[in-house]
Amino acid sequence: MLNFFKKPGFRGGVHAEEHKTVTAALPIVSDFPLPKKLYIPLQQHVGKPAEPVIKVGEKVLKGQLLAYSQGLISAPVHAPSSGVILDVNDYPAPHPSALPIRTIVLETDGKDEWIATQTVDDPFLLDPEEISFRVGAAGIVGLGGATFPTAVKLNMGRENHVDTLIINGSECEPYLCCDDRLMQEHAEKIIDGVRLMLHGMRTEQAVVAIEDNKPLAFAAMQAAAEAHASIKVIQIPTRYPMGWDRQLIRYVTGKEVPVGCRSSEIGVTIHNVGTAYAVHKAIRYGQPLLSRIVTVAGGAVKRPMNVEVPFGTLISELFSFCEVNADETARIVMGGPMMGDSLPHTGLPTVKATSGILALAQSELKSSDEQPCIRCASCVSVCPAGLRPLDMANNIRINQLDAAVDLGLKDCISCGCCSYICPSNIPLVQFFKYASGEVVARQQAQHKSEQTKRLMDARNARMERIAQQQREDELARIAAKAERERLKAEQQGALV
Amino acid sequence: MYVLSAIVSLTLLGLFLGLLLGIAGKYLKVESSPIVDELEALLPGSQCGQCGFPGCRPAAEALAEGNAPATMCPPGGSALAEQIAALLGLDLDLSDVKEPELLVARVSEATCTGCTRCFKVCPTDAIVGAPKQIHAVVADACIACKKCVEVCPTECLQMHPVEVTLRNWRWAKPLNVPVQALGTGSNAVC
Amino acid sequence: MIPHMKPSSGAHVGANNSVSHIMWQVMLALSPATAFGLLCFGWPAFNLFIITVVSAVVFEAFCVRLKGRVAKPVIMDGSAVLTGWLLAITLPPWAPWWIGVVGSGLAIILGKQVYGGLGQNLFNPAMLARVALLISFPIEMTTWANVSPLFFPHSPGLIESWHITFSGIDNIDASTGATTLGFIKTEFSQNRLLTDILKDYSGFLSFIGATRGSLGETSTLLLGLGGVWLIRQNIIQWQIPVSLLATVALLAGIFHGMDSEHYISPLLHLNSGAMMCVAFFIATDYVTSPNTPTGQLVFGAGCGLLIFVIRTWGAYPEGAGFAVLLMNSATPLIDHYIRPRIYGRDRKGKPLEIPKS
Repeated sequence: MLNFFKKPGFRGGVHAEEHKTVTAALPIVSDFPLPKKLYIPLQQHVGKPAEPVIKVGEKVLKGQLLAYSQGLISAPVHAPSSGVILDVNDYPAPHPSALPIRTIVLETDGKDEWIATQTVDDPFLLDPEEISFRVGAAGIVGLGGATFPTAVKLNMGRENHVDTLIINGSECEPYLCCDDRLMQEHAEKIIDGVRLMLHGMRTEQAVVAIEDNKPLAFAAMQAAAEAHASIKVIQIPTRYPMGWDRQLIRYVTGKEVPVGCRSSEIGVTIHNVGTAYAVHKAIRYGQPLLSRIVTVAGGAVKRPMNVEVPFGTLISELFSFCEVNADETARIVMGGPMMGDSLPHTGLPTVKATSGILALAQSELKSSDEQPCIRCASCVSVCPAGLRPLDMANNIRINQLDAAVDLGLKDCISCGCCSYICPSNIPLVQFFKYASGEVVARQQAQHKSEQTKRLMDARNARMERIAQQQREDELARIAAKAERERLKAEQQGALV
Repeated sequence: MYVLSAIVSLTLLGLFLGLLLGIAGKYLKVESSPIVDELEALLPGSQCGQCGFPGCRPAAEALAEGNAPATMCPPGGSALAEQIAALLGLDLDLSDVKEPELLVARVSEATCTGCTRCFKVCPTDAIVGAPKQIHAVVADACIACKKCVEVCPTECLQMHPVEVTLRNWRWAKPLNVPVQALGTGSNAVC
Repeated sequence: MIPHMKPSSGAHVGANNSVSHIMWQVMLALSPATAFGLLCFGWPAFNLFIITVVSAVVFEAFCVRLKGRVAKPVIMDGSAVLTGWLLAITLPPWAPWWIGVVGSGLAIILGKQVYGGLGQNLFNPAMLARVALLISFPIEMTTWANVSPLFFPHSPGLIESWHITFSGIDNIDASTGATTLGFIKTEFSQNRLLTDILKDYSGFLSFIGATRGSLGETSTLLLGLGGVWLIRQNIIQWQIPVSLLATVALLAGIFHGMDSEHYISPLLHLNSGAMMCVAFFIATDYVTSPNTPTGQLVFGAGCGLLIFVIRTWGAYPEGAGFAVLLMNSATPLIDHYIRPRIYGRDRKGKPLEIPKS
């Protein structure tokens, strides 16, 4: 209400009901039964899909490379357990459409037999380049949800001489608390990962930012970081979307990342705590990224928990382990309830981006009873990006997409604050996602029609050339015939 | 008397202004409008004839004369309709424009005889092949003009909807009818 | 197996609010002042209030039916009730029944439904109706009943109140008079000075609302409290009320300081229920006020300026209705020019430059 008293640097945002207490108090469950089959999509990251290196029927060990990264921005995929490759084919993706994605199906043998790994005694003797190389080879991507390949980010940080590394421990989404538990239980290892990242980027200082609703995690991390002067652990106010990287950067450093730039260009790089943990395991023990901690929560979940699951585990298996009541489940959400997308069914695998799977009951869902917009401007006041969602949505409603783009459609981060706060239950974010997709589709259509014109011009020119050629040939033929006849006549004349 | 003078003066005023307009219309006339050319440039130019006109040029002429709606071009879809409407200064009601269902031609390999008729008519050279060889359609270049379907002697060329994949999947537009307008109470759509 | 579900994007959870909730909260905030007004002006005021609110609902239902929709869910959002309520409290308490009906008709049909219903109107419906009534029926709209609290000897009984509402006030001079601002305006035209005019003025009575005025707009205290409560409930933002009241106070302070005999003091300006009602309930109408905090500050200041100008130099003693309507028409303009800065961009929308370090 009183904008005066808010700390400068934080704009907009909402304070959503957290729903974290039950799950955050329970230790991470590590005895999840190994599934019989794992469905491992080849693209679990931003960038190009990985390319398989195994053959169907091949036996693989835990941690063995299944598909190598292709291109500059990509990440490899490893076998989460030992077993036999059953299939490499299209299977439904963990995506709101559940459309097929190229997937490796691994039948586990239950032995969980590791491939030989390489442990390093003092990783700080390794070259920074070697650190990023090993992080890349371990298939580590941003585990906060963005899934950007971490090695690429480390390289960019090193090349841009980044001075601050921010470790995002805010976990601002309601329901999710996997990072909270991870920090409580593995603070030492996370801090080690942070130090390795600093080394890998040749950066001097790191700031671990934790929302003040996680006092235990804060205490644990502070204790673990005490010995390292380069790492500072701070508390930040609990307000969604604190964990939006650009928001956090502005809050911690006071710098704002210009539109169209990467944060490393202003000297800051941001990584998630889960990523730091994965870096620790990859560098110290040579273990690639094979599993992650997933929060399973929601009104329809009888045993909500944070559980470590291997990638490729079907959500249905996770749900039966957590005793999800299928009749009460009104919506399955991958990720948090603010930014996550719904999933159409549970026959989909968990991937590197899966920070949480929610089975929400009808009573928890926002009403879909849409009312007219009363221009209350709540959406304007909560938008962390400084947009005017109501005007954008009104323009999109009447298909004025250009107007919506002018209003800043492309700066929308789909954080969901506007949809959350809207008293008229207008699905604002869905309007923006629709419009963004439509803008891309139109650009492609435009591009295609230009290409069509080019192709047609080329064809017409070719046809013209052929016709010209034929005309010339014809003329030449006629000329040749005339010449022949003339010669014939001459010969005959000579004969006569 | 007052009434009469009012009528007379207004009539004179009307006549005078009308005369001015007439003169302006004669002397300030714009020679043949370049709008047709601009419209033609906007249209896909594939002469596919789906609009009912024999080609893109006649369609552009019809648009310029106001004989065709801005939404006439099915392959262009609403994006093109918006551009045309902006050019012609029309109010555009896109609410009932159907987005074109994206189609692409595909060769059924079982029945293709390699007769080469299809790739001779293809306006964008989207069909590749050689005599007596099975032809193939380059989907990215296909504009769904259906000319190849017409000439194919074995009906092996058919139009298929473009397959929806993760790459081209898009969020649907939310139902833009508030529940109030539906006339039914609050029945949540789920 | 859980059945297939349609793709839907976040937020999947929502804040616990709705349009009708907001409307009812506003009505709740209005109710102490309204109840006090009804108490002060007795049964005729009660009749008028009921008639105005009911006819607003009837007109709304009629319009919605005309559009071929079901009226009940639209009525249930509470916006028509609130419009009728806001109009009713700005009417003279003993005005005849048809003032309420015509006013509601103007507010709902001309002020709201012709634009397309809730959220589409350019002008505040209640103020539009009030101003239209004031211009069309100046006598009825400036006949202010004396304070005659319910159950007191002077208060008209039930039967008498029906007579007042449906066939007019019999003995006008005995039971009516001028509002404070109206009185000051007429006396100024007689070249009297403020100290002389305000001999009988009681700031305290005005503060609690036991004074002549509109049906529910007499009590500075109750309306002000209701408004503050609305801000506390986060239903309205502080920007518009604060900038409106501050602007009036500032301007009045300057002029009063220069000539205290011809310009009303800021206290007297602010110590009026009408001012509180406008600042907290009318100008803050979501639909017709700007969207951004800065825009709202500008809007409030504009309203304050116009109110002061009309009160001081205009023909009408109270200018809030005109001021709000004028500023309503400026709202799209304010929203067009005053936009929040987008993250990573400057005020003009260009990407920020990378700082050199």
